[in-house]
Amino acid sequence: MGVAVLLKQVPDTTAKISISGGKVDESSIAKWAISPYDEYALESAIQLKESGFGDVVAITCGPSRAAKCLTEAAAVGADRLIHILTESTLDSIQVQSLLSASVKETGCDLVMCGKQAADTNSGSTGPGLASTLGFSFVGGVTRVSVNGGLASATRLGPSGLEEVEVGGPCVFTFDKGESELRRPNVRGIMMAKKKPIDSLSPEDLGVNGTNSLVIIKDHSSPPEKQPGQKFIGSESIPEVVEKLREEANVI
Amino acid sequence: MSTTVISESNNGILHPVTAQLVGAASSLGGPITVICPGGVGSSDAAKISGVTKVISVEGECFETYDCSAWSKSLSPLIEGDLILSSSSAIGRELISSISATKGIPVVQDVTSLKDGFSATRTIYSGKAIEEVSISSPCAISLRPNSFESAEGGGSAEISTVNVSQEVAVAVKRALAKASERLDVSEAEIIISGGRGMGEPANFSHLNEIADVLGAAVGASRAAVDTWEEIPHSMQVGQTGKTVTPNLYIAVGISGAIQHLAGMRSSKFILAINKDPEAPIFGVADYGIVSTWEDALPALKDQLAELLSN
Ligand SMILES: Cc1cc2nc3c(=O)[nH]c(=O)nc-3n(C[C@H](O)[C@H](O)[C@H](O)COP(=O)(O)OP(=O)(O)OC[C@H]3O[C@@H](n4cnc5c(N)ncnc54)[C@H](O)[C@@H]3O)c2cc1C
Repeated sequence: MGVAVLLKQVPDTTAKISISGGKVDESSIAKWAISPYDEYALESAIQLKESGFGDVVAITCGPSRAAKCLTEAAAVGADRLIHILTESTLDSIQVQSLLSASVKETGCDLVMCGKQAADTNSGSTGPGLASTLGFSFVGGVTRVSVNGGLASATRLGPSGLEEVEVGGPCVFTFDKGESELRRPNVRGIMMAKKKPIDSLSPEDLGVNGTNSLVIIKDHSSPPEKQPGQKFIGSESIPEVVEKLREEANVI
Repeated sequence: MSTTVISESNNGILHPVTAQLVGAASSLGGPITVICPGGVGSSDAAKISGVTKVISVEGECFETYDCSAWSKSLSPLIEGDLILSSSSAIGRELISSISATKGIPVVQDVTSLKDGFSATRTIYSGKAIEEVSISSPCAISLRPNSFESAEGGGSAEISTVNVSQEVAVAVKRALAKASERLDVSEAEIIISGGRGMGEPANFSHLNEIADVLGAAVGASRAAVDTWEEIPHSMQVGQTGKTVTPNLYIAVGISGAIQHLAGMRSSKFILAINKDPEAPIFGVADYGIVSTWEDALPALKDQLAELLSN
């Protein structure tokens, strides 16, 4: 029993991204944070624990700076902290095999994470991990509760908002959740600082080093926008509408 | 080079993004198989020019959406060097699950693709552009409206495969029906409202213009957080949807960096804001300094007149 929560550390949403030599310059990113959707997963896991479900195990995969998001998770109630230390950029298969090995080691049969991380916005980890582990999968949920052996969740499915039920081991990915996120109190922060972090290398998890099958060739800044044209007052609307058709060709 | 396209459907019919996926596959060359989960839209898929073969996969498990069950049903039927899907919510989930089953890497939300599998996508919510090379076989989801659609006029052979797969995720009850409105992530024109709209009822002005333009209606996070009537599914931005329509109209939206993250790569941006200093004007191609109360009625009339001719 227990819930594994997967947390990814990403640049804070207000961070400026600068590029040097064809690569994003990570050292210039002033502030890092837990990816926003992952925070909803963490909140839900802590609520499950409060309702009598097992411990919350927070897992992150990333360089040494990522340990901070585990301490932040501990400050709001995570019981065990696991840091899979990786320095290079990994492809989806590498990430999933590391996380899968780590989840297996914890024995958790529920896994929660965000539906996408705010850096790559990919959304591959949750569903991919479910396949790797052989767990069921429910994506884009806003709420999860557990009753006996059955988990119930609210998700935005193809035909609208719906309530689903699933038994047995399952991976849930979170959309923006229904609950407010809790903030740590002083005591939580103090306790979290003392909480040990299990730092594991891929080898510790029995995952042998492979090369990434996805190679980053270049990073660049989005093209600068030309300064636009400004119009004052609603009298300009006929002119703007005509330009939308004749000049911009968009209507 | 051979490609399998996972078709996208919406309300029981083939979604137009499927033709864009085929268009992207055609430019790479080689045979193209379109696989239709639940058999939805298979006869329309067969009419897309360039398609070699359609596999209509049918079975009870497709009556509701269980990503794992769908993926287990589809994976054994998928072969080739490249798997393509849409980067819609379901498209991403399915292709992640299928690629993990096959042990091949997946790259999501790609906006351009060159042979030898060089793919471009935006990262950090549009603050940077990344180019990656991927070794084949691999799986790639493509952002809607980024690739030319393949034309009609094809007549591919359709084979039907019946599968039986256990479903683990049971749908218990519907809580709210999917909005009848076009979703922002697939619209070519979006009109979004922010806190400046004053109250949620005023979004009716945006809806009316959306109806004239065939557009989707979006919102800023401030609008979504302040008003219960405005669902999160409408939110554009860092913690909402990333959109790249041909035309994005921002009304009463200040242009916070997290909002810009979701819409700055729109092809054309029109902003309406009463504050001439609003940051949204910094990314707008056309900016109108006006209250929406003055601007929207006039805008609606002008558009209606233009489009009725
Ligand atoms: C982690 C994080 C994630 C976030 N994610 C997102 C996100 O995904 N999407 C998002 O949008 N925001 C996001 N935000 C919030 C963002 O920082 C802004 O708070 C938000 O975008 C502001 O919304 P707004 O422009 O509607 O409201 P405001 O900033 O309040 O702007 C209202 C605008 O309306 C104008 N106005 C007022 N009255 C009128 C009128 N009558 N006619 C015309 N104009 C008028 C004003 O001049 C003003 O410019 C995020 C923030 C954080 C911290």
